[in-house]
Amino acid sequence: MNIDIIFKIAAIGILVTVLNQVLIRSGREEQAMMVTLAGIVVVLMMVIYMINNLFNAVKTIFQLY
Amino acid sequence: MEIFQIVILGIVVLIILTVLRETNPEMAIILSLVAGVIIFMMILPKLSAIVEVLNTLARKSGLDNIYFMTTLKIIGIAYITEFGVQLCLDANEKNLASKIEIAGKIIIIFLSIPIIVALMETILSIMP
Repeated sequence: MNIDIIFKIAAIGILVTVLNQVLIRSGREEQAMMVTLAGIVVVLMMVIYMINNLFNAVKTIFQLY
Repeated sequence: MEIFQIVILGIVVLIILTVLRETNPEMAIILSLVAGVIIFMMILPKLSAIVEVLNTLARKSGLDNIYFMTTLKIIGIAYITEFGVQLCLDANEKNLASKIEIAGKIIIIFLSIPIIVALMETILSIMP
């Protein structure tokens, strides 16, 4: 299992936070909110695949069909 | 040793989480979710071997297969439920967490009904 995804998510989180702060300081609250939302959606798309893998693994091991 | 990898991964994630939790709580929740998934995936091969051995033993002992299958299913449901509950508790959603917990308990009782009925029938057949 690759742990790179953890650092990817951390980097996206920090980047989104910085962008958010910059946009709020320059008085663009709406765009700041959009950036936060976009970051969450991007990360969620990465995570959904992994959650699917986890649930399938648990299903096959414990024979939960 | 695999345990060192897992503990060090846990410490790294913990440090990132403490930074991220103040500024970006949504991302922190997703990160802890991902860490949980990765740790489970790391122990998956060993878990699968254990289940395989238990399965062989159960088959050798001539136990009715349905009892062992039910036990395995209950363990799986308990694990998945606990995963969801802890995630909800992390995000301070105690209400949702207790609902998920109750759903897990009810499904476990539902699965164990055949065993309870078989036990009851055995007791009744012993009683004069």
